Amino acid sequence: MSRIVTPVSVAFLPLTDSAPLIVAREKGFAAEAGIELFLHKTTSWATLRDMLVYGQVQAAHMLAPLAIAVTLGLSQHPAALSAPFKLNLNGSALSMSTEFAAALDPDPAKRIADPVGAAHDFAAAIGLHRRKPVIGVVHRYSSHALMLRYWAGFAGVDPDRDLALRVLPPSLMVEAMRSGEIDGFTAGEPWSSVAVAAGLAEIVAVGSRIWRRGVEKVLAMRTDWMDDNPDTVDRLIVAMARAAAWCDDPANHAELAALLEQPAYVGQPAPAILPALAGRIMLRRGAAPVEIDDFLIFAREAANFPWRSQALWIYSQLVRWGMVAASEDAERRAADVFRSDIYRRALAKSGLPMPGASMKVEGAIGAPIGVGSHGATLTLGPDRFFDGRIFDPQNIGAYLTEADTPAVE
Amino acid sequence: MRIVIVDDSGLRATVLEEGLREAGYDDIHVVPPHGAFVARIERMAPDVVLMDLGNPSRDTLEEMLVVSRALARPIAMFVDQSDDQMIGAAIDAGVSAYVVDGLRKDRVKSILELAIRRFNAFAKMQAELDEARSALADRKAIDRAKALLMKSRNLPEPEAYALLRTTAMNQGKKIVEVAEALITAHSLLGGTE
Repeated sequence: MSRIVTPVSVAFLPLTDSAPLIVAREKGFAAEAGIELFLHKTTSWATLRDMLVYGQVQAAHMLAPLAIAVTLGLSQHPAALSAPFKLNLNGSALSMSTEFAAALDPDPAKRIADPVGAAHDFAAAIGLHRRKPVIGVVHRYSSHALMLRYWAGFAGVDPDRDLALRVLPPSLMVEAMRSGEIDGFTAGEPWSSVAVAAGLAEIVAVGSRIWRRGVEKVLAMRTDWMDDNPDTVDRLIVAMARAAAWCDDPANHAELAALLEQPAYVGQPAPAILPALAGRIMLRRGAAPVEIDDFLIFAREAANFPWRSQALWIYSQLVRWGMVAASEDAERRAADVFRSDIYRRALAKSGLPMPGASMKVEGAIGAPIGVGSHGATLTLGPDRFFDGRIFDPQNIGAYLTEADTPAVE
Repeated sequence: MRIVIVDDSGLRATVLEEGLREAGYDDIHVVPPHGAFVARIERMAPDVVLMDLGNPSRDTLEEMLVVSRALARPIAMFVDQSDDQMIGAAIDAGVSAYVVDGLRKDRVKSILELAIRRFNAFAKMQAELDEARSALADRKAIDRAKALLMKSRNLPEPEAYALLRTTAMNQGKKIVEVAEALITAHSLLGGTE
């Protein structure tokens, strides 16, 4: 390995799932791979996007749908972005005001355990609420906004008609709950835990129970930079893979929470950060924490592998909600954002289990199964959608016809 | 031309507004990004919106630009996408601009250039202020440490200062660091001043 130290600047937002980047720097994984990692904390997805697109940073902790949206020219200046590495799976929650939540199942644990029942209750509660529920989402192209749409859409809710989705930065959600500006929000952790601890909200759904292996953040970079710097990219991915594995190890969670607590990183108290790491979530203030397995996955089961089928699921949702018109060209460009080939190249010698394929049918695994892989044995955990639907990336049209598809404006 | 400045910092907004007025623009509105600020901006129908890149409400504003029916023409970020140098300067200075499509490039360019200069001037002013503040805090700490040494070791002032300075030199530290360590140690040991 080259002994040259290469500086790489990466932008992030203060969220629990920025952890692998922070760990790559703080625990020396980046330095061992010959990368000096400079982390730039930003406060909006717009600024993170601009810094990446205009070259102020080489990579970013980005919402997976946003990386696809920028590539498709849906979010300001179009730029071809690539995601050769996923930073995590899931880790988000939907929190509603205690007033709204009173119309749902009185036992918060049952809401989480039965997302089908909870979706129907949620739909019924909309009509009972004193106004059209205003729900904060962090961005039009956020993973959890798509998850909320998918979950509510199942129960016949048209999110654009029946809900008022209000875009707010994650760090302002709790304040907006306090002032009554919003009735609920969906965001990455630690923000739901912070709102619950303040007694302002109850967690009524979690991403990992809507899609058991839901795509969340990716390590995004400009495709031209990635193509011009293969050696740096490979070393960066090696460092990230080691950092992600460190983050996934329960033995490190206390240390990780203490790292993230620092003002330069997430800047929230460790007790608000730990629940998501441990998968022990307090759903209502004062209630005993509930065990939610797979709440947030950093590395295991090749979680970082960018399956092209996952990019296509995101694309299918953008089409479903009228954010982009379906076309073969858009479909191909969306799939191309997830660069499983670069992941393979960078980690070929790592000994990590390497999936044999780059596409799979999403939502078909009910119990852990071994799959075709190179190197170590690879077991994939359950990846079901809560409604039992299966996404075949070869047949997006049929998948969408089944769903309630509004016309593109 | 109607210009809206979205800014939390009263001072920075003033610095920018003054610059724009001097340049001959007089239809300028400052909107703090709180509550229903997006609805206010919609009603104003501005030609140019200037916003601090560090403002967390940028996503909220952009969403309005996407869904708004009130704005007849679409707004795009930055003016001349081919002018990378200008975009870089704007990002470095921390300015983002949203501009009504179809506005003459040279007019918008002059506004953006002015905003960049004013943002940089404000940042410099802020840095100088911070520096002055920390210099004052340093001097206070050194004075306290000096007083402690004078009292506990019965030293005259110049020697107390010389002792701090030599200790700092020997340890490869700043005088203020030694002074702060001394103050901390003193209070841990239960000392009073």
